[in-house]
This record gives sequence, structure tokens and C-alpha cells, in this order.
Amino acid sequence: METPADTPASRTFKVSSVPSEDDRADTLIEIKDFDFYYGTKQALFDINLKLDDKRVTAFIGPSGCGKSTLLRCLNRMNDLIDGTRITRGGVKVRGVDIYGRDVDSIELRKRVGMVFQKSNPFPKSIYENIVYGLRIQGVKSKARLDEVVEKSLRGAALWDEVKDRLHESGLSLSGGQQQRLCIARTIAVEPEVILMDEPCSALDPIATAKVEELIHELKKQFTIIIVTHSMQQAARCSDKTAFFYMGKLIEYADTRTIFMNPANAQTEAYVSGRFG
Amino acid sequence: MSTPAHPFASRPTAGRKFENATFWFFRVATYIILLAGLAVFGDIILKGSSTVFGAFKSTEHFPYVTNTFLSEAPETLYVFEDGGVKREMGDTEYRAYRESRIASALVAGEPAPQFKSESYVYSAGGIWPCIVGTVLLVVGSMAIALTLGVASAIFLSEYARDGAFVRFVRLAILNLAGVPSIVFGLFGFGMFVIFFDWNVSLLAGWFTLAFMVLPVVITASEEALKAVPQGFREGSLALGATKWQTIRSNVLPYALPGILTSSILGIARVAGETAPIMFTAAYVVRDKLPWDVEKVSDFFFQGVMALPYHIYVVSSKIPQNEYTSRVQYGTAFVFLGIVALIALASILLRNNLRGRYKW
Repeated sequence: METPADTPASRTFKVSSVPSEDDRADTLIEIKDFDFYYGTKQALFDINLKLDDKRVTAFIGPSGCGKSTLLRCLNRMNDLIDGTRITRGGVKVRGVDIYGRDVDSIELRKRVGMVFQKSNPFPKSIYENIVYGLRIQGVKSKARLDEVVEKSLRGAALWDEVKDRLHESGLSLSGGQQQRLCIARTIAVEPEVILMDEPCSALDPIATAKVEELIHELKKQFTIIIVTHSMQQAARCSDKTAFFYMGKLIEYADTRTIFMNPANAQTEAYVSGRFG
Repeated sequence: MSTPAHPFASRPTAGRKFENATFWFFRVATYIILLAGLAVFGDIILKGSSTVFGAFKSTEHFPYVTNTFLSEAPETLYVFEDGGVKREMGDTEYRAYRESRIASALVAGEPAPQFKSESYVYSAGGIWPCIVGTVLLVVGSMAIALTLGVASAIFLSEYARDGAFVRFVRLAILNLAGVPSIVFGLFGFGMFVIFFDWNVSLLAGWFTLAFMVLPVVITASEEALKAVPQGFREGSLALGATKWQTIRSNVLPYALPGILTSSILGIARVAGETAPIMFTAAYVVRDKLPWDVEKVSDFFFQGVMALPYHIYVVSSKIPQNEYTSRVQYGTAFVFLGIVALIALASILLRNNLRGRYKW
């Protein structure tokens, strides 16, 4: 197993994704000329980015570089924060402007799910956590709910660990299990995109490895965008990597290129551990 | 002064004396409070409990025993001498006794007996109508206060964006919390009794009391809502839940114990305040019980007797002596008991919710 210990000595990267023929993916999300403000403070400057369908894209960069902000713009979670505004540009998912007038952010979030930095299972049973999304959509059939619970837990590689205690509280699980429960909860509503905001930052190396394995599995079905502080993690599990600095997109390329042969000097300095 | 044996030996310096003095000051202050509490409760419990527990009488029907102090309406107490024996009787009993004595004297051909009696209003009988009235006032006003208060707390904490308006609303709520209860009484009188023409009624009392506790309920409910982790909301919204679905299933249940804690304080206040109800809902005395009405709508537009107001009446409008202290202390005792009971019920409910919605 890879040790993700982030020591300067271990800053060598094993890049998982080998470019091949089927690497030509369709664009699912297109961010164009995107400017974003928190109140009067500009957080994102002129972002242009095309994210591939059924691929893992990693956002990396030092704290406060705007990577989480951009992620939260993709399912309009930033709408919840007072004083946020977009002054220019937009985000298109499957060609539809998600900030358009006729877009319902509720419908958007059903398609673009999110896993948070701090695992946040609801203080309900494991079962109820998983079916939450379906219940609010009005699904009542017990058989259907049971089926989704098993499928989602299997999908999140959690089924074997919890199948005998589905009705215990989700909070009784360990940190890593809680995070996988949150992933299971997200895939239960069958989104197209899963946004992950530093999903492993509170997990130990073993739990992190499990979540990373899971990401590999999930990309067969879902488009995954992951924000991470760990460059090893980006290297291990993403196909493409975007490097942000001070609210600007500095470089976006195949993960291999970013880590082995970055075009930009700042990117090189960051991935080699000279700052950030 | 001898040389200390080691460098850590304690020395009686001025600083040390000061430390000791502060310690004793804090300690004595705490004991004084404890003493005051014991004196108040002890006094009421000692003198009041005899009223309540001395009032048991046997009945012919189930449950074969009744507590007349808790089950009867207030009556005037008559104290008189008859045949050299000093007697105390309630109004009804006294009339019947006098009738029968006069009748028997007439039959025996004796001169009608003269009753030289002293009377003390409200000092006989019980306080059943006051208990009923207080419970009705508490239940109704808390229902109104919780509905309005929780609704506006949800709006302020979950929906409203921070701005001049919200700040103004918060300021208004804070100010409202500092208004003396007699002012609420006058407001209720002017607004509900006169302007809405509800008269002295349950409804007017409910709204006056509800407005009085609203600031407490709103502030505490907002705190309780804010204490629910943001992650619950985000997690729910990220799964495609609407705002209200999120609040209903993932915020409000976890805030309920906190909201109830605050409303327990509200209950004690609503049950205990005399000033807001003395112009709006309370009658000095009323023979009919609240459910003894012709139409349902009359129920809301009738005044009621209430324990705190009754305490005020019996302790300020009649003399304090051996005959009246029974009802004075008895009422206070029952009043404390009822507030304790209502609070206990809320605490049990809260603990139950806490167990169910733990995070």
C-alpha cells in the first residue's frame, strides 16, 4: 500500500493514469470566463476550464487559492453564503448554464452531488442516511429503498462492514466509514457528477487509501472532481489536474504532465514542494 | 519570624490574606443565596402544605377521597361562636348551619340564636378555578408563543440574509425582552381588550402573555437552530433537498431540545406573571368553570381566575391573620407545585427528544 505521508523526502509521485486511446473524454462541465466574489473580495479570476465526463479531475493549490470555492460553484452550494456573486462568465453542465434564470438549484444538486471535507452523516441510522435523498424525492417503496441501500453501500465499498447493523446510527461508524457512508449517500441519488471537497483531509492513511480505491471504482460511473491538499492524492487518483493560485487557474493538464513536466514555473514550484 | 525550612513553605503575606478573604466572600455569598432560597421555599412549603394535605375529605364515589382545597371554588369564611364553641365555616356550610339552627330553635320554641360572625372573603373553599385558569393561560399562550417564536426564529436564522432589516428586527426583539411585564399588561389591555374588543378574556391574556415571552422564545430558538451543525444543512441540500425539507428533517428536530429548554423558562414566566393578566384575563372571582359555556366561541372570550392573581388578591385585599393565612400560603404552595409540574413535563419531553435526536 502506498503511504501518503507528506514528507519532503517522499515527494516523488506515482502517477496512476497512463494516457491511452480511451482517454479522449467528452466535456461535461465547461467553466468560462468565470469571476466570483465574496462580498467585495474577488475569489476567482477569469477561470476557463473544461472538465471531462467519467474522469477524475483534481483541483490542487495552496489554502485560499479558490479551489474549494470553484468546486462549490459547480453545484451552487455557494448560493447559501451571503454576499456571493458572479460578475462575469458562467458554468455549463451538459451545455446548460447552471446559473441561468430557469435553473432550479435543487434539481441541479440532484445531478451534481457533493461530499464534504468533514464527514457529515446525519444523526440517523445508516439506512436512513442512504435513503434520505430518495425519501425527499418521494420514493416510498420499501423494496426499492432496500435495493438502493445495498447497491449504494456496495458501491461505496461499505456493505460488508455495515450490512448487519444498518439500523445503527451513522455516527457509530469510524471516521473513514463515515466518509464512505457520505459517498454512499451521494451515489444513492445517482448523480452524474460527484464533487469531493478534501474528502480525506480528516482521515488516517488507511482510510484514505480506501477512499482513493473507491474513487477509482466510482469513475466508471461518475464524473468526479476532487479538491485536495495532498499532491500525492491528486497524483494517485486523478486523470487531470488543475493548479490554482490566488484565485487564478495557473495550469490545467493531464495529471502526468502537471507532476512530471509542468509548463508553468509556479506549478513546478508547488508540486515539487518549494511553496504552499 | 523563624527562617522557613524550605523554599516552598507558606508565609502569611498580605496577598495570601486577601486570597483567603475573597474565597470566604464568594463562599458566604453562595450560602446566603442558598439560605434565602431555603427560607422562601421552606416557609411556603411548611405553611402551605398543611392547607393542601389537611383538605382531604372522603367521598361516596370513586376515588373516595377528595381534596377540597384543590377541587372547590373560593368561598367566604365565616368565623363565629355558637354555644360557646368557636366555629369556622365556608359560606355554603354556614348558611345551611344557620338555617338549621334557626329552624331547630323555632321547633323547640326557643329564641332564634344570634350569630355574631366575622367574615373573610376567599378564605374558605379551594382554588380549583384558579388552577384551571392558570393551566389554560399557560397552554394557550405557550402554543401561540412557540408557533410565532419558532417560525420567526426559523426565518431569522435560516432564511433571512443579514442586512439592515434583520438587524432592526433583532434589536426590536432585544428591546422587547427588557420591557417590564406591567407594560405588556397595559399594551394587552389597550390592544386586545379595548381595541380588538375582546374584553377581559382568555384570548387577550394568551396574546399578552405570548408577546411577553416571545423575545425569550425567539432568541433561544435561534440559538438552538444555530447550534445545529452547518454540515447537516449542506449534506441535505447537496442531496437535492429543498430548503424546507432540509429544515424540517435535518435542522428542526435537532434544535427542538434546545427550543424546549428555553420554553421551560418561558412557562415559568407565563405561569407566574401577574401584571400582564390583571387587566387582560384575570377575574378576582368567578363561579363558573371555563368549560361551562353556551357556545364554543364563548370559551375564548371569558375571563378566568388565575393562581398568581389570586395570590395577589388574597395577600393584598384581605387581612393577614390565622384564618386567612391558610389560603394565602396554600395558594402559593399549589402554585409552586404546578409550575414545577409543568416544567417537569417539559424537561421529560426534552430529554426524550434529546435521546431520540442525538448528534
